Amino acid sequence: MTGPIPGRQLWHFHGGLHLADHKAESTGRPVLDLPPPARLILPLRQHIGQIAEPLVRPGERVGKGQPLAAAEGYISAPVHAPTSGTVVAIENAPVPHPSGLDAPCIILAADGEDRWAEGLPDPVPDYRALDALTLRNRIREAGIVGLGGAAFPTAAKLNPPPRHRIDTLVVNGAECEPWITCDDMLMRHEAAAILSGVAIVQHMVRPRETLIGIEDNKPQAIDAMQHALNAAGLPDTHVVPVPTRYPTGGEKQLIQVLTGKEVPSAGLPAEIGILCQNVGTLHAVHRAIVEGVPLIERLVTVTGDGVAEPRNLRARIGTPFAELVAAAGGYTPDVTRLIMGGPMMGIAVHTDAVPVIKSTNCILAATPALTGEPGPAAACIRCGECARVCPVRLLPQQLYWYARARDFDRVQEYSLFDCIECGCCAYVCPSHIPLVQYYRFAKTEIWNQEREKARADQARRRHELRQARLEREQREKAERLARKKAAVQRRKAGGGESAQDAIAAALARVEAKKKARAAARDKDDGEGRD
Amino acid sequence: MLAAILSISALSALFGLLLGFAAIRFRVEGDPIADQIDAVLPQTQCGQCGYPGCRPYAEAIAAGEADINRCVPGGEQVIQSLADLLGVDPKPLDTSLGEPEPEPQVAVIHEQWCIGCTLCIQACPVDAIVGAAKQVHTVIEAECTGCKLCVPACPVDCIEMVPLRKDIEEWTWPYPTPTAYLPPPARADLLPDEETA
Repeated sequence: MTGPIPGRQLWHFHGGLHLADHKAESTGRPVLDLPPPARLILPLRQHIGQIAEPLVRPGERVGKGQPLAAAEGYISAPVHAPTSGTVVAIENAPVPHPSGLDAPCIILAADGEDRWAEGLPDPVPDYRALDALTLRNRIREAGIVGLGGAAFPTAAKLNPPPRHRIDTLVVNGAECEPWITCDDMLMRHEAAAILSGVAIVQHMVRPRETLIGIEDNKPQAIDAMQHALNAAGLPDTHVVPVPTRYPTGGEKQLIQVLTGKEVPSAGLPAEIGILCQNVGTLHAVHRAIVEGVPLIERLVTVTGDGVAEPRNLRARIGTPFAELVAAAGGYTPDVTRLIMGGPMMGIAVHTDAVPVIKSTNCILAATPALTGEPGPAAACIRCGECARVCPVRLLPQQLYWYARARDFDRVQEYSLFDCIECGCCAYVCPSHIPLVQYYRFAKTEIWNQEREKARADQARRRHELRQARLEREQREKAERLARKKAAVQRRKAGGGESAQDAIAAALARVEAKKKARAAARDKDDGEGRD
Repeated sequence: MLAAILSISALSALFGLLLGFAAIRFRVEGDPIADQIDAVLPQTQCGQCGYPGCRPYAEAIAAGEADINRCVPGGEQVIQSLADLLGVDPKPLDTSLGEPEPEPQVAVIHEQWCIGCTLCIQACPVDAIVGAAKQVHTVIEAECTGCKLCVPACPVDCIEMVPLRKDIEEWTWPYPTPTAYLPPPARADLLPDEETA
């Protein structure tokens, strides 16, 4: 059952690449449960959006599953304790990020008991008892974010604007990037739980149809999902094998393959009535609702020629990469770099002390055979190969020229922000130009300029307000002086008589006050005697 | 002959009235060119250009009294933007006014030495210092423009300029150069394309 369902039409997206998938390396060994490490590093920002706000203090003892940091704002996600232990510190620590900079983290020392916290939400075996809003809040409180890699808070994604009715739920099991197999293994072993998550989301958004897209290089996952689907009997839900082609697993690309609809430029799938969720995310939704367990662990593929025994591991969030590599047999002698994610879109990390975060789907230990020779780029020869393979139908050459010239207005006119950074253009470039790095440079530089502009506007506003205040103060002072001067002049003009009047009036006031005081004293004395 | 003179006079009177009306009806308050120049300036309000703030400098440029190369914190980028805006040739920065800092700075008050004199509060052009007489002062980091005007104002030298902390969220990808370029993380092998249709 690897071909498309008879009668179901599939579409193509533009371009893309057919890559050697290298999935067999890590699917040959069973999934290993990794015990919690002695020390966990939990970044406060593992998601897109506002950084989470710590709820605990150093020295505090926490139970497994206890919230350690709360979501700040709508687009944010809480962080939970992956095991029981003591909070050691809240400080900057290395995180998996291309900059290699440190970021605020909660450091947790495990006590080895792995004891559940008290007061966790009760499991809800029958999700139909809850309405969409309650379910959404529970998903939010469980800290669930998109586990496909983008880490966008799932609760926000499950709440599309009311004007967009969700017609189709697309379940993303494509996993198109070479080497990564964590979704494949999850579908093989946890198909029933994934479909339970699908049912919960169906209950929440009530789509007309649900399509589970899986690339046809994963026959076992397709079988497992089809069996589980037959058992669960979800209506209007289909497992749809899709051709293996990178980047089918991109949200917009999978939607196009399954429905033929294109997400508009700078738009969201909800605008065309589609909601897309990764299989790992749906598994986490099932765990959060039916089992009452927040997102504290995930499947991670540890693979590449740089590790001895590539395999999938079920690891707690916060486990350092080094421990996962050790559990996968350790490094081979010729390992050169460590990548979080796949070879096409992953980011090189600077140390294996960085922790697994919610979006860590793969740790790729690469050897020179995989990374290739980083040589100098040659000049662009305008061959147009990049435009041929671009799945978004952009003009990578033009983007490159303008990004290189730092012409940020023009590069945006060429839809830079529709680029999904899949790396197809850089892959086929005969001149080995690091195209995606130019786009990333341009994107982050544009954001930086916007921030600086906002800061300058704020400074201008504050300076103007200050100037206005100083002027007002000066004016008021001048007016006060003028009034005083006028009063003095008036008195002078009035002559000595008025001055004597004033003295007489003052004396009268003093006399009156004295009398009042004497009267009060007499009264007090009288009361004292009684 | 007379008809021609009359009609020309009538026309010029009509157009004169029209122009006069337009001058009143479509009158623009303020100085739009100065506004545009002000929007380009970095708003540090540091006064290194010799004018008491960015707005006065913008007005001076608009009036043709000041050169475009006097903004030290803005550096090359602001000079280039001003040159583009005004249609003149860019000039190198007038370094007699000061050297641009290699990275953004922020003022820090060493609170153990602060005597609470409020002089720095009066010097700060954007009200980024909080405090009161005989109370320790502190800088609101997010509002500080790094203008350094508070540094000479402090009688006990307790204000220091430090580089702004680099936030991971504000990190930008480096510009790829032949020597410092991050190759794609790894290569995958391309298979023959099956799709021919």
